[in-house]
Amino acid sequence: MKEMVQIVLAAALVENVVLSQFLGLCPFLGVSRKVKTAASMGAAVILVITVSSAVTSLIYQYILAANGLEFLETIVFILVIAALVQLVEMFLKKSSPGLYQALGVYLPLITTNCAVLGVALTNVQENYNVLYSTLNGFGTAVGFTVAIVIMAGIREKLEYCDVPKAFQGTPIVLITAGLMAMAFIGFSGLF
Amino acid sequence: MKTKGCTERIYNGLIKENPTFVLMLGMCPTMAVTSSAVNALGMGLTTTVVLVMSNFVISSMRKMIPDKVRIPAYIVIVATLVTIVQLLLKAYIPSLDSALGIYIPLIVVNCIILGRAESYASKNPPLLSAFDGLGMGLGFTLGLTSIGIFRELLGSGTLFGAVQVIPEDFTISLFVMAPGAFFVLAFLIAAQNAYRNHKAAKAAAAGKAGSLDAAAQTAGGLSCSGNCGACFGAASEKSTEVKGGTKA
Repeated sequence: MKEMVQIVLAAALVENVVLSQFLGLCPFLGVSRKVKTAASMGAAVILVITVSSAVTSLIYQYILAANGLEFLETIVFILVIAALVQLVEMFLKKSSPGLYQALGVYLPLITTNCAVLGVALTNVQENYNVLYSTLNGFGTAVGFTVAIVIMAGIREKLEYCDVPKAFQGTPIVLITAGLMAMAFIGFSGLF
Repeated sequence: MKTKGCTERIYNGLIKENPTFVLMLGMCPTMAVTSSAVNALGMGLTTTVVLVMSNFVISSMRKMIPDKVRIPAYIVIVATLVTIVQLLLKAYIPSLDSALGIYIPLIVVNCIILGRAESYASKNPPLLSAFDGLGMGLGFTLGLTSIGIFRELLGSGTLFGAVQVIPEDFTISLFVMAPGAFFVLAFLIAAQNAYRNHKAAKAAAAGKAGSLDAAAQTAGGLSCSGNCGACFGAASEKSTEVKGGTKA
């Protein structure tokens, strides 16, 4: 039990996917203008990464590793993730239109989020079993959500700031991200 | 004539449309691997090899691939090539493979590769496409390596891990850590914006209004926007966010 909590916390805070591993920067910079949209994006990411970690881990263990086909992991994972996002989208559309309305536009964007593939590959690298992979995926996605929501909150305030002309737009967002990354280094003392 | 086209492609990739400094593509690996110049160089060259091969293969098959499924087809081709390169690295340069870790398989989702496939290789003959890949790859390598040298020099005081240029007592280790990557990139883009603003102001003074809104566009742009297959999300996201904003 203790180990499980540790995996989730480490994935979410210590090894934050955006701020220390630089994965999923595109949505982090692109969808962080408003807290509301950032939170929806985060929710969609949590859903997709948790499911995809479980599925890719199952496929790796019972199909690829069982048949000595480990070298196919990159090809298989990217196809599985793309197909999975489509499936999740169709499933949500049928079963809970309300949730689909809230997350719908963000789901297709996640296919190309490198964090999804990154987590699947990390799970293999760390030799996590299916349960640990799912937890690691969930933790990573929570970390992404935390980072993007904080960033959106800061950017809403930044709108009212007098930013030097050259730093307007992406540069000031990157500097904010750098300061957040410094703050997140503090978590490395957790374990 | 033919060689002229090829050298033009390399010049285009290295200078005119440099993927790191001008197009701002592939920012995830740029920030992740530039903590040392050697890693940056390795990552750049690995991406170059994949890019040359993927452009060549995709261009050779461009008439066979149906238009509707071209993106999945490109992804499968790129993933196959990346797997081959990864296995070769594991066999012959294991130190580089372990240093770059999951960032090697993540070359599959690098914007530059799909972006070049979509915008160049799918419309041009194989040889030119291969040279376009070479130019873009070398441009990416140049960008990564120069950022890598900068960060390594300030952060650990060494050049390519070999020569200690700045004594250890005077290094700023923040630069080789994650925040340093964000700061360096922020200043890089800011410098570019400043240059563009300066140019636009000059042009406005000369009475050319046209270049002003071009500068405004680039200043407000995302780091990952435009003709980029993998990150099309960022661009389309902007429009949906605007829509959501008006509704609310």
